[in-house]
Formats: sequence, C-alpha cells, structure tokens
Amino acid sequence: MSMLQNVTLGQYFPGTSVVHRLDPRTKLGLALAYIIVLFIARTGLSYSVLALASAGIVLLSEVPIKLVLRGLRPILMILSLTVVLHVFTSREGVELVSFWFIRIYSGGVIQGFMLAFRLVLLVLSTSILTLTTSPIALTDAIELALRPLRRFGVPAHELAMMMTIALRFIPTLLEEAEKIMKAQLARGADFESGGLLKRAKSLLPLLIPLFISAFRRADELAMAMEARCYRGGEGRTKYKVLAYSRLDLYAAMCFTAVGVVALAL
Amino acid sequence: MPIQLNNVSFTYSPGTPFERHALRGINLSIADGEFIGIIGQTGSGKSTLVQLLNGLIKPTQGTVRVGDVTTTDKGVRLRPLRQMVGLVFQFAEHQLFAETVAADIAFGPLNLGLDPSEIAARVDEAMLTVGLPLEMKERSPFELSGGQMRRVAIAGVLAMRPQVLILDEPTAGLDPRGRDEILTRIGALHRERGITVILVSHSMEDIARLVSRIVVIHEGEVLHDGPPREVFCSAESLSGIGLGVPQATEILRRLRLAGWNVPAVALTLAEAHGFIVEAWRERSGEA
Repeated sequence: MSMLQNVTLGQYFPGTSVVHRLDPRTKLGLALAYIIVLFIARTGLSYSVLALASAGIVLLSEVPIKLVLRGLRPILMILSLTVVLHVFTSREGVELVSFWFIRIYSGGVIQGFMLAFRLVLLVLSTSILTLTTSPIALTDAIELALRPLRRFGVPAHELAMMMTIALRFIPTLLEEAEKIMKAQLARGADFESGGLLKRAKSLLPLLIPLFISAFRRADELAMAMEARCYRGGEGRTKYKVLAYSRLDLYAAMCFTAVGVVALAL
Repeated sequence: MPIQLNNVSFTYSPGTPFERHALRGINLSIADGEFIGIIGQTGSGKSTLVQLLNGLIKPTQGTVRVGDVTTTDKGVRLRPLRQMVGLVFQFAEHQLFAETVAADIAFGPLNLGLDPSEIAARVDEAMLTVGLPLEMKERSPFELSGGQMRRVAIAGVLAMRPQVLILDEPTAGLDPRGRDEILTRIGALHRERGITVILVSHSMEDIARLVSRIVVIHEGEVLHDGPPREVFCSAESLSGIGLGVPQATEILRRLRLAGWNVPAVALTLAEAHGFIVEAWRERSGEA
C-alpha cells in the first residue's frame, strides 16, 4: 500500500502562498517557458541560475521540501542510468580514469551530471506546478490555453473535461484499490511473493473488481451528467472566472529576468 | 481467540497536513464466543478499529493482541491471523472477481493451501450457512442480486472457518428483507458455532436484539461499553452524538416522561408491548 501513497502527480498541497495565488494560466505558461529555457540552456552557470530560481519558488510556495523531493523518487532510476551511461560511454574531454576496459573522460562526467541536473529541474518545476495548483484550476487553464486551437477542430472543452474527470477519479480509484486489496488480503491473498507470472496472476482479484467498479462509476457519472443536461462546451459559462492580478504581472517579469540572465550566461 | 486492545491509537497519514487521528487510547477486551456490536457515527473510527483486529493495519500506538499473536511484533505471520479473524468489509460484494460463485468463495480456502476436496466441502457449507442454494455455484456472481452478492462475499470469508467473524455494516444498502435475512443468519451462526461475532453498524435497531454487548465509539474513543440494556439507559448521551436508541426503548422513554410507570429499556417492540400492557392494567386497576 505504500506504493499507492507515493503518487505526487496531481497531489495538490493546499495553501495560500504567493505561488498558490498565481493565476493557473500564468503558472502553466511559466512552467512551460521554464522547461523551454531549461532545454536551451547550455552552461553550468545558466543551470545554477535556473536551479536558484527553482529553489526560490519552492521556498515561496511554502510546500514542505520533503514533499517536493518525493516527486523525484520515480525518476531516480532514469537519473542514475543517465549518469552511468554518459560517464562510461562518452569519449570527450580529458581522460580521467583508465583501468582495464573502463575509460572515463571528463566530458562524459560533466555531460552526465548536467543532463541529470536538467531532468531534476524539469521534474521539480512540474511538481511545483501540480503541488500548488488544484487539478481543477489546472485543467481550466489548459482549456483556455487550447481554446484558440478549436478553430482547427481541437475539442478543447471536451479534452479539459476528460482530464478533470480523470484527475478527479485518481484518488477515488486509489482508495478503492486499497479497499479491495485489503478485502482480498483479509481472505489470505498474497500480492508480494512468487515469480513474475504468479504475481501478475495474483493481481487479478484486485484488478477485476477495480475495473468493474471503474466502469460502474463511469456509467453513473455519465448518467448524472446527462440528468443535469450536460451537452459539452458550447455556450457554457463558468462559476469561477479566472482573472489575472498584479501578482501575475510581477511573476512574469521576474521570470523574464531570470530567463534572460540564464540564457545570457 | 480472546482479543486484547491495549491503549491503541491510530493516525492516518501521520506527519502530513492530511493527518487524522482515527482512534485514541482504545482499551478493549473481547472474550471467546462474545457477540459484540460496535456502534458509531460515520467517521467515528469503527471501521479502522476492526481492521486493526486482523493486522490489515497496525496501531500507531499501543498493542493489539489476538490469541497469542501481537500484530506489531517483528516477523509476525499475518496469514494465519487473517484465517482466524475473518473480516467482511462494507459493501463486500465489490470484492467479487471470479467467474463463478463457487470459485469466488473458494478463493480464501485456496490461499490457505487446503486440498480440493476440503475446499469443495467448505464452499458447500459456507453457501448453505448464508442461505444460497447450491445450484448457484456455477453462476457468475455478477448476475446475482445485490443481496445475493453480499451473501457470496460473506460466504467467501466463512469458508476460511474463522474463529472470530467481523462484519462491517453487513446490511448497508440492502432492502429490509435482505437485511433481516442476513442478520438472522448471523445470529444463527453465532448460536450454532459459538464463534466470536463482531458486528459493526450505525444502526441501533439492527444490533439491539442480536448482540450481548455494545461498544459505542465516538470520535475515536470508547464512549459506552456494556450490555444493550445498560447502554440504552443513556439515551440522552446517545442521541447527543446522533445515534439514538431503538424505537422500542424510545417509546418507553417518552411514556416515562409522560408519567407512566414502565421500565426504561426494551430491546424489541414485543417486549415494549408487554411493558405497556402491564402498565395499562396497573393504571386501570388503580382507577
């Protein structure tokens, strides 16, 4: 069950900090811009500036550092693989170690760690976005961002609604999974021991009821939406209308400054 | 399998902003063969309490001892414990997964590593105990009615032959007939097998006439613990936390407030009827 508690994505951390109060559109746009800058940046100095900016945002957001770092756990494997591959395969720069068949060059070490660093910043910036923005606000922002694309046949509202529903039901399904898991454990089920095939098979008593309940929920939800005359996005107004504030302007300005500095260095 | 809870507390997501104290300092001992009703409002901690009893969750503080197993011990083997303490969850029909009723009921015994003939015998026995006709064995559990599915799920736990049977709201969402049927079966099970039965409910009505002891949980603490007659004497405190007393007791309480000379507690309407008739006779005799 510890597995189920480690999903940071979409785990909104409620708060009233400056970062929380930003308009979700601003946050989405800035996160996107940050990622672009991150990929353009080449020098260690630019990365340091970007890392500093990230650290500043984390501090401002008042989200416990532990929670932010927890988002990195799933990519630990990829991180170590990136570093190891670069360190052992790259042939650039000065030779540092030469032992038997192992040759390590300075270029590989630098590149490996830079890439890993980039990945860390990438994940950090996106988890800060999801930690400080409620899923609903985020999909609202996505819907508005996609709206201009409607002209080309992109169903912006429908996509946003699907995302809202999916996000809304992640915790519900996790809770349900935990409940069913417990019920089967109470009947002596064993989800942990045995070979791969046996373990995959032992998941059936968990997955089948979970699927059945997901379909039942989907059916009930569709019925409830129809009962309230849902008919898609055409002419639909919103209860909470997003509005930019002065805060968003400041945030954009700070961010532009950081981006310019990072790219200039 | 005597059960002993010693100063047990349980906290969900400790150390996070979502921290919630579900149970605080619970002391409870349950002897063999008792029939206990655990009553409390939604969110009072009763479901958490029963999950502690078969080691599905472990107390944040204190100890839970079942027989000679302490669930927080290192290297404790939980599977034998879960065989001895059978737990039927709320809306247990949501756990059904197999293609046939028989296969679903056999899941528990199969996990215990019993041999096929023994499993088949237990499936039959469990189906009869919950009142499912044996012809249903080869049916898909998903074709059955809600009440029947619930009974398949209960049979799935009974087939493990637990010495302690815990049922979390076994009648929630059933129609009155399905409810009575299940409660009657549970009562009979307790009488005939002498196993310990723990019935979790938020309804006094259901439990009053069945159990021999009631434990009232409120905000994670034991508020009352005693035989139904004793617990129902504190009608004010019970309705204060939104639980109320059985209708029969409520009628007597109101009659007493109106100056009638009737006992304070009746568990069934028939019993209340007797008291009222007696008091009526007494009155007319005086006149």
